Amino acid sequence: MFRLILRRLAISVAVLWLVTLLVFVATLLLPGDPARAILGQQATPERIAALNDQLGLDAPVWQRYLDWLGGVVTGDLGTSAASQGPVTELLGGRIGASLVLLVGAAVISTVLGLALGTWSALRRGRAVDHTVSGLSLVVAALPEFVIGVALIVVLSTTVLPVLPSVTLAPPGEPVWSRPSQLVLPILALTLVVTPYITRMMRATMSEVLDSGYVEMARLKGLPERVVITRHAVPHAIGPVAQVIAIQLAWLAGGVVVVEFLFRYPGIGQALIDAVNNRDVEVVQAITLLIAAVYIVVNLIADIVGIMTNPKLRAEVAR
Amino acid sequence: MTAPATLTHTLAARDLRVDTVAGHPVLKGVSYEIAPGEVLALVGESGSGKTTAGLAALGHFRRGLVHTGGTVSLQSDDGEPVSVLEVGDRERRSLRGSTVAYIPQDPAASLNPALRIGRQIGEVLETHGYGTSAAERSARIAEVLAEVGLPDDESYQRRYPHELSGGQQQRVGIAMAFACRPSVVVLDEPTTGLDVTTQTLVLRTVAALTTEHDTAALYITHDLAVVATIAHRVAVLRHGEVVECGSAEEVLRAPSHAYTRELVTAVPHLDGTGATSTSAAERPESVTPESAGSNGAEPDGVGSNGASADTAEPDSAEADSADSNGTQPGDAAPAATGGDRARTPVLSVSGLSVSYGDHRVLHDVSLDVRAGECLMLLGESGSGKTTLSQCVAGLGEPHAGTVSLSGSPLATSTQRRTAEQLRSVQYVFQSPYSSLNPRKTIAQSVELPLRTLTDLDATARRARVAETLERVRLDPAFGDRLPDELSGGQRQRAAIARALVTTPEVLLCDEVTSALDVSVQATIVDLLCELRRELGTAMLFVTHNIALARHVADRIAVLRGGEVVESGTVDEVLGSPSHEYTRELLANTPRM
Repeated sequence: MFRLILRRLAISVAVLWLVTLLVFVATLLLPGDPARAILGQQATPERIAALNDQLGLDAPVWQRYLDWLGGVVTGDLGTSAASQGPVTELLGGRIGASLVLLVGAAVISTVLGLALGTWSALRRGRAVDHTVSGLSLVVAALPEFVIGVALIVVLSTTVLPVLPSVTLAPPGEPVWSRPSQLVLPILALTLVVTPYITRMMRATMSEVLDSGYVEMARLKGLPERVVITRHAVPHAIGPVAQVIAIQLAWLAGGVVVVEFLFRYPGIGQALIDAVNNRDVEVVQAITLLIAAVYIVVNLIADIVGIMTNPKLRAEVAR
Repeated sequence: MTAPATLTHTLAARDLRVDTVAGHPVLKGVSYEIAPGEVLALVGESGSGKTTAGLAALGHFRRGLVHTGGTVSLQSDDGEPVSVLEVGDRERRSLRGSTVAYIPQDPAASLNPALRIGRQIGEVLETHGYGTSAAERSARIAEVLAEVGLPDDESYQRRYPHELSGGQQQRVGIAMAFACRPSVVVLDEPTTGLDVTTQTLVLRTVAALTTEHDTAALYITHDLAVVATIAHRVAVLRHGEVVECGSAEEVLRAPSHAYTRELVTAVPHLDGTGATSTSAAERPESVTPESAGSNGAEPDGVGSNGASADTAEPDSAEADSADSNGTQPGDAAPAATGGDRARTPVLSVSGLSVSYGDHRVLHDVSLDVRAGECLMLLGESGSGKTTLSQCVAGLGEPHAGTVSLSGSPLATSTQRRTAEQLRSVQYVFQSPYSSLNPRKTIAQSVELPLRTLTDLDATARRARVAETLERVRLDPAFGDRLPDELSGGQRQRAAIARALVTTPEVLLCDEVTSALDVSVQATIVDLLCELRRELGTAMLFVTHNIALARHVADRIAVLRGGEVVESGTVDEVLGSPSHEYTRELLANTPRM
């Protein structure tokens, strides 16, 4: 099993390296000149040349890539052109803030999705099943900003003004010191992701519930709770983990829109600001970060898949 | 234990009625009762409702089925009869696994693949509060594993189902059922899919356990030969009704209902009688190799002339002096077959070897099939018999050795064979349920090989399709239907028609009857024999069922572990088997 996981890990590292290459090339192709963006339209050619020199933009492309890659590996993400401070410092607090959103939404939607999917599969063909299926389809069809706006209308402004719609983050104070302002962003992300997990879990569970071993477990006289938790759910988890992973990976990107909507001081906001400011180093760092989340989450899903499948587990024992 | 004198029935079902949700009846008033220590066989074909009737004993109805009437009463060791269908969920659960246990048809699907087998047996004991301590329960796990003839040590209990063979998995299923010493066990075709040697072992285990613990057993099966081995009484189920019920001896020897008679005659016999509706099979007791050769070409001697096979072969004249390697171990041709039989084979395989990585599937296999002759390739699952037939057909992996057709070697893959070669070698697959495209009508499927391999025009193709459908005794009107609208037997006929429509020289039949009911198997076997006689096609009949030998084959090659361990004429192999494995197979094949 460990060899299998190590192989997956090696593949992940290779993919991550490919991503650094892509990110670097993509930022090269971005229109606009960072030095001019920083200095403004009135800058003299001498000053631009001086700044290019200072930023190392004169060096050949491959050398700039290697320098940057070396920095990434050692944890130095470069200097933000806009704020003139190190990128790591700029992003430090924001990563934490975004992680709160991501983890909160991930945990809630996974638990909720698995529970709703299982419940729905157990009540196949009944009213509960139709309601869950119908609702999840409707919600899945809505883009995240529509959900966000709808939440603001319902819970913050017009109908029930109980929750803040905009995040207030005085400098130096972490966002989670005011928990009420986390509710709407997390809820929005949860609503986007849960329907997919629910539908996938329902489909997989239905199949598992029809399997011979679940019937056998019932015919052995096991209590229904044991049948579901011991004999059914573990087999449904493997395939569903892949879907959860894709959804969580999507969260890492989806967070950009939701953070923008709620003025939430996370990496999504930072990315939008950085793109506006031609702040290349920050854009690179955040893109890489989001890519890393994708890869890590998928890796975890693969490992869960391997762990829940004794055949794959045993593969290495040979 | 209650004495049998005071306790007449452990399990009694009265007038069971079950419908589908749509209102179609599945069981129309089925009654049966079983005394302690007795084995009642519930016999019927697929769709007769026998599994439904068996599961009703546990108060379980599969999705889409509704219980509409009748009762099941269960008398456990401690007295009071319980009405399984009327008690509450909780009480029914407490009966399942402890008083009445179920042994499923497919152990591979019924054992949880993610749980260790010891755990799966243990959870039955835990749920039903067997014993007083964990130590007592784990002692019982070891004990019951030993009872079914499996190792009882800790490391064996820690295995996962996929680490066991099919027979071992089924014995784990039996151990699980017997763990709590139930009063009743329901066995749902527990040996279907197992090879005969394992089947014998499983049957013995079941017989020993039921006798020892005075357990009442409901044995669901479609195999009458198995019934003869294990059952005391038999109930024959057809379309949801019990048409005949009586002692095993009575029902099998002197069936009173026409349907039962049909079932009984359909069972293939090692000695060659039965298995056909006409059931003539006047084969001489001892035959010389020469007469065996020509006689074998007329299956079951349906009174036609003796010249059939010898005159009806196409293309054999031009098949010239290819080296037939008469001394190869796999070459089943008897040396002294007489002048007119010493032709070159239509199909010749020599030195065929296939490996998947380190795993050797076939090793140096050689065999020959002559025009109009049927060679039975006998082997258990994993013996490499399907791989061999796929290599012949060009569907297999790259292989070493040669396959030649009328003396000219064939490429390993169908892509590199000529249309003429493809036309000459045709394949009938095991499952007619998956080998026919569900979106194409039967006529379209049958026409396809003509379209791709011949240059006949549309009218000629249509005529040929109709002619071939008639030849396989399928009304040409079926041509417009989709496979879904046909029964299993009809589908297999259509699949045979598809193979024969190009008038191949060689027909490969890969377990063509094993997905079919026994009575349908008999008709398909009859059909193949007749077609072989009419068309003079050489046949390679791949099967695991040695009982079919006299019904289809002239010669047998026994494949084991990828090697031909024995070959010869049917009479030689069945009469005086030389290899230990063949003897074992013959000894373990149940007879009626």
